[in-house]
Amino acid sequence: MMTRRTLLKAGGCALVAYAGAPRFLVRTARAAEPSGKVLVAVFQRGAVDGLSMVMPHGDPAYAGVRPSIALQPPRRGESERAVDLDGFFALHPALVPLVPLWERRALAVVHACGSPDTTRSHFDAQDYMESGTPGVKSTQDGWLARAIGGRAAKATPLRAVAIGPALPRTLHGDVGALSMQSLDRFDVRAGADTTARQGFEALYEQGVRDLLHGTGRETFDAVKMLKSVRASRIAPANGAEYPRAPFGEALRQIAQLVKADVGLEVAFADMQGWDTHVGQGAERGQLALRLRGFGAALAAFAQDLGDKMADVVVLTMSEFGRTVAENGNRGTDHGHATAMLVMGGGVRGGRVYGRWPGLDRSQLFEGRDLAVTTDFRSLFSEVATRHLGVPAAPLFPGFRSTQPPLGILA
Amino acid sequence: MSRPRSWATRALVCVAVGFCAFGGCIQVKPGEGQVAAVTTVAPAPTAAVTGDRQILHALSRLTYGPRPGDAERVRALGVSAWIDRQLRPRTIDDSATERALAELTTLRMPIPELLREYPRPDPRLRAQIANGEMSRQEMLERYPIEKRPVRIADELRAAKVLRAVTTERQLEEIMVEFWFNHFNVFAGKGDVRWYVSAYEREAIRPYAMGKFPDLVRATAHHPAMLFYLDNWLSAKPDYRIQAGPNRGRPAGLNENYARELMELHTLGVDGGYTQKDVTEVARAFTGWTIDRPRTDAHFIFRPGMHDTGEKIVLGHRIPGGGGRDDGERVIELLTRQPATARFVATKLARRFVSDTPPPALVARVAGSYLNTGGDISSMLRTIFESPEFMSEDAYRAKIKKPFEFVASAVRALGGTTDAQGAMALARASAEIGEPLYQAQPPTGYADRGEVWVNAGALLARMNFALGLASGRYPKVSVELPALVAGADPRSPEAVLDRLLMTLVADQAGSRTRAVLAAQLNGPQITRLSPDDRGPANTDVAKLAALVIGSPEFQRR
Repeated sequence: MMTRRTLLKAGGCALVAYAGAPRFLVRTARAAEPSGKVLVAVFQRGAVDGLSMVMPHGDPAYAGVRPSIALQPPRRGESERAVDLDGFFALHPALVPLVPLWERRALAVVHACGSPDTTRSHFDAQDYMESGTPGVKSTQDGWLARAIGGRAAKATPLRAVAIGPALPRTLHGDVGALSMQSLDRFDVRAGADTTARQGFEALYEQGVRDLLHGTGRETFDAVKMLKSVRASRIAPANGAEYPRAPFGEALRQIAQLVKADVGLEVAFADMQGWDTHVGQGAERGQLALRLRGFGAALAAFAQDLGDKMADVVVLTMSEFGRTVAENGNRGTDHGHATAMLVMGGGVRGGRVYGRWPGLDRSQLFEGRDLAVTTDFRSLFSEVATRHLGVPAAPLFPGFRSTQPPLGILA
Repeated sequence: MSRPRSWATRALVCVAVGFCAFGGCIQVKPGEGQVAAVTTVAPAPTAAVTGDRQILHALSRLTYGPRPGDAERVRALGVSAWIDRQLRPRTIDDSATERALAELTTLRMPIPELLREYPRPDPRLRAQIANGEMSRQEMLERYPIEKRPVRIADELRAAKVLRAVTTERQLEEIMVEFWFNHFNVFAGKGDVRWYVSAYEREAIRPYAMGKFPDLVRATAHHPAMLFYLDNWLSAKPDYRIQAGPNRGRPAGLNENYARELMELHTLGVDGGYTQKDVTEVARAFTGWTIDRPRTDAHFIFRPGMHDTGEKIVLGHRIPGGGGRDDGERVIELLTRQPATARFVATKLARRFVSDTPPPALVARVAGSYLNTGGDISSMLRTIFESPEFMSEDAYRAKIKKPFEFVASAVRALGGTTDAQGAMALARASAEIGEPLYQAQPPTGYADRGEVWVNAGALLARMNFALGLASGRYPKVSVELPALVAGADPRSPEAVLDRLLMTLVADQAGSRTRAVLAAQLNGPQITRLSPDDRGPANTDVAKLAALVIGSPEFQRR
């Protein structure tokens, strides 16, 4: 398999010999080689119940307000129960595939994390978290796009990739981010006839901003690059088994991009179905089922990447949390703070970060929700600046953290 | 391709005009991205769309794209007479569409029949397969795919495609899609599977050109909405469930419907309600539930579940003891709010004019809402008769959603299809990013181009164009020869000119024309005719695919 780097090592002669080399190869030959760090952002759309994902069993108020959906406190040797993390918090039992990562200190939790904006609208809260500007709807670009914008330009069409049907808000901007439902189908499929692709390529050669968030050239360069490295053929390594669901498929393909060495810097995947208003369940049930797929996919991703995980950080997020008390239908309504996970190389894992605001009614936000003690921008900013080495200022306009850094990345 | 946009600046001036025109009764908030400065000097108004472009513009906005010959038909009738006809769909004969839909039998079935005919899988079957007692083959015989509930949504998808491609009542169909999306339910959530076709048929379609408050009422009462946003389970605090498998268990308030009713159905997220209002509205709707959801699924009000206390909604007092009427009063209150008028007007103007609709127009449409009790035809008429609609700023300013793209491509090629072909086209829409009836969040699908455009989706559009033009969609037939009828087949340039005129009218940019003309010289694009007499016979399918996949065709 000829990767971009082996091509580069072969030197200029190889490029000359490679007649009709795609433009990105020629340009890459002149570009400085960047660090190879990758940030993977994962969005749990619909507002995950952070109090179930990472349960605060040490909080005396927890069980009382959740008569039918509270998790049983962890107990050693009982695998059906939540897994204790630090004597106060425990991981939902459906997330058990993540426990080895926690034990290896490659996984950290930030609890009571969220937005300073108080909206309980899914749409607005997602928008704010993706643009990185809570309360400001007019922001044109997303914070993840700004994060790459802060890095040295790099001659690859695959710096920023979202797996899914749409380019997420957080990757809108001038960085040529691509989105695709599948690496395999990311091509013009016209059989042996190459004139069709050439025709489309010519039609979109010029920038068509409002049709593409970029130029056709970038798209077709990406098509050629993915073909040349056969990214979609790369099998999961180290015995990793991804769940056969869209989120598992997305992470499997992000791992393919990392392993294909195409110059990926940020990737994005999301998962829906966290809006558990009815019959949320506890150790088992609807939410447990979602968490099982979520945790298994994340664990498979880490296993698949193996040593390469040293260069990768996965950051999970959700637009807000859910009500502390269960509602009238053994579910939860829209709340405020939630829990976020940070996994990968350089993570100071095995710790739950953030100040715990408490679940006593007097401690709740508006008397009903978990209060936010870590602004999501503090966390995201720390991850992006430390991992990708980008300046903090442009990431979250108008934001200056008043707290000391979490210290979540080495 | 980028076009100058002057709404943002003109808007500021227009706001003031809007105020005058309606006596200042409608508060116009500055839209996204606009600063409420008022010092801008009025730029010259943009040119009006004139001549044949009016016809093309009207067709591209009020239909799922013109078919060959449509422009001539509109010209014969006159644009405003044609628009007027589209606003009165009952006057348009559509029996051909009804015939095409006949084979989709689940479309007309009431919910109880659907529940009976397409039962949920017996869990014992699954267990028997799991432990090897039954083979896959046996299971398929005992529980054939055509008897599974998934057929209901599949047929609804096929019907949506068939209607978009075929119906003469194009505007009505666009409005059905618009309102379904506005009052979205997700066909994959639980019992909505059985309710979704009835929802469109009973709660959306009859009111699509009627009164907006009727839509709110119809959706609020429908089992599909009651289930999707969980209101059927919402009850007064400490209620004990009376019947069914959960009998005796406690139940209580659920905010889901109340919040989305205000955020997404009526007031809009900036419509001025609070968390307290959400809770109060939720209390008002307690007891609005579904009677025997697994056999009958009718709306029922259960007084025992209802919170009989007083509610205060948006500062209005709803005295205790109102029972079922509490919910009706909330709907009445919400649907007469100026915020609702503005929210609905904005969405309509976004659909028909541009992604960033001119605030002055929004204000006038909101005025129509308030003057007519939310009459949809009146609001549409205000839009269609406005200078903002027939302006060069609006011309080709919208990017087609994936479904609009698929339907418009089939129509542009003079295509016809049957139910099976329509299902394949529905899958194509999903591949490009819009799986029909599958929007999981209550927001539905976005109506802004930026949401739909990206590299993967664009390649999928190109692949669809290639597949469609080359006849790779079985049961979808396209009329390629008719597209270039009259052009001299021996002259590839003449064929290309005719094709561009038929598919994108005056829109083909010089670049697109040059690229396509260059294709004519490729060895694969000009094939010798079978009898080897003429000099060349142009590969019309390939050219058509390139046009359908071109930047120009992605717009409407």
